[in-house]
Amino acid sequence: MSVYQFLYILAAAGFILALKWMSSPATARRGVLAGELGMLAAVVGTLIRAEIFNYEWIAVGIVLGAMIGAPIAIYTPTTGVPQRTAISQACGALASALIGTAEYYKLHPHGFIMGALIVETLLGFVTVTASIMAWGKLQEVLPGRPMVYKGQFFINMAVLAAAIGMGVFLILNPEQSQLYPVFVVLALTFGVFLIMPIGGADMPTVIALLNSYAGLSACAMGFALDNKLLIIAGALDGSSGLILSIIMCKAMNRSFANVLFGGFGQVQAAAAGGAEARPVRSATAEEAAQILEMASSVVIVPGYGMAVAQAQHKIRELADALTKKGVDVKFAIHPVAGRMPGHMNVLLAEADVSYDKLIEMDDINPEMANTDVVLIVGANDIVNPAAETDPSSPIAGMPILAAYKARTVMVIKRSMGVGFAGIDNDLYYRPNTLMLFGDAKAFTTSLVKELAAAG
Amino acid sequence: MNYEFGLYVFMLSAFLGFELIRKVSPLLHTPLMSLTNAISAISVVGAIMISGEKDVPNLSRILGFIAIVSATTNLVSGYMITDRMLKMFKKREPSGK
Repeated sequence: MSVYQFLYILAAAGFILALKWMSSPATARRGVLAGELGMLAAVVGTLIRAEIFNYEWIAVGIVLGAMIGAPIAIYTPTTGVPQRTAISQACGALASALIGTAEYYKLHPHGFIMGALIVETLLGFVTVTASIMAWGKLQEVLPGRPMVYKGQFFINMAVLAAAIGMGVFLILNPEQSQLYPVFVVLALTFGVFLIMPIGGADMPTVIALLNSYAGLSACAMGFALDNKLLIIAGALDGSSGLILSIIMCKAMNRSFANVLFGGFGQVQAAAAGGAEARPVRSATAEEAAQILEMASSVVIVPGYGMAVAQAQHKIRELADALTKKGVDVKFAIHPVAGRMPGHMNVLLAEADVSYDKLIEMDDINPEMANTDVVLIVGANDIVNPAAETDPSSPIAGMPILAAYKARTVMVIKRSMGVGFAGIDNDLYYRPNTLMLFGDAKAFTTSLVKELAAAG
Repeated sequence: MNYEFGLYVFMLSAFLGFELIRKVSPLLHTPLMSLTNAISAISVVGAIMISGEKDVPNLSRILGFIAIVSATTNLVSGYMITDRMLKMFKKREPSGK
């Protein structure tokens, strides 16, 4: 066994420890270090391999990549983390796909290796364009609403079938290299088509799934290059992405197929149009501040609207002001709040909220009935009681934060507009609900002021 | 039969991955995704191999070079932002506040 093989084994151990230590915030940074050392061992191990002769290109490439990557990591705001993940995934998948392509033109392989290369490049190229599309929707360069048209499902399936068919043909006839570019174009096209019908709020599931594809592509590369380290790292990523996307689907009570082909949030918007205007109760910042001050327990429910308004720092000030007055303040985190799994936690951690105040849905729901005030900031569908009461609702069966059970519910919202699912929220019309109309950040600022004035 | 061995490695790693990820607190799902995203940059190993070997056709060398740049971008930004996010997760003691 040579030195590089030993380093590869250390690298695999590093990646496994990295994931293991992510289990708790106390050890998570150690996990990142383990992952970094693992990657270092993998790169050093590869550089000292006997087959490597040409170091100039490698050095230039690594320096260039670091120069692009570091500023992205330093300057991306926490609200932009989902976009960064998407674009970074596109880079990783591009690398994987190009390596597969380079190997194909270099080796002209047959049989099993050719099969592995086709799987690698298919997953790689699909993930490249799909991740760029996801980035576009998250960055709002592209419309966040699903883009749907008649027969879309069949066209998507036809493109996928053509890509797979071409791939199989190339596995059987690897010398037909003039057809390889056709295969590449089909895979890239399918990536675009795959994301078109998916709406912005379904991105948590999609990003997790693409993460899984990128991992599996690296894994297939491991089979093509006969490299166990790539197989291990790729399989860890593949299972991680898959688990997260399953968690996200469960948190919306929807199937994979429904997320991927649903065009969710488009059809229902029209159906909701028939609802008549119903009266709501609204309150000013002064009135709301008084109620909050009198409460003994307050639960804050953040949603994507909080991220859009950049209100997380003001929300933390509000929580601090209430805590100072002896109010017990907690945050209730729905698994699909935001644009990425766990997005709200990062935003609130950035605003310096202690992480033991961030409570998961299953743990906070039993406490809701004994909560004096639930303050909802920029969330809608995840607190809609129709999920529990109305079997015909598009979100029927979706687990929700049981905000409606609290003694008083306050909702900071710009207007009476509908949420992502395009349906009305019965919660707003309940007698114990107060609507606080305004921008999340501006309204929270005035709440903090009112509390300070009350002394 | 080397592929058979590879498939065993794949199967065991996939199950290990499922067990490890299931234990990750939902609190940390975003950093977890950044971390696994960074780990998927392991493809840099393949990129180095293809760019560094002797007698590689020019097209493959160019593709390998682009692959090194994009895999390193993925790698560096992935690890750095994961650490940046995790640094923000703090537990404040309730003393005196």
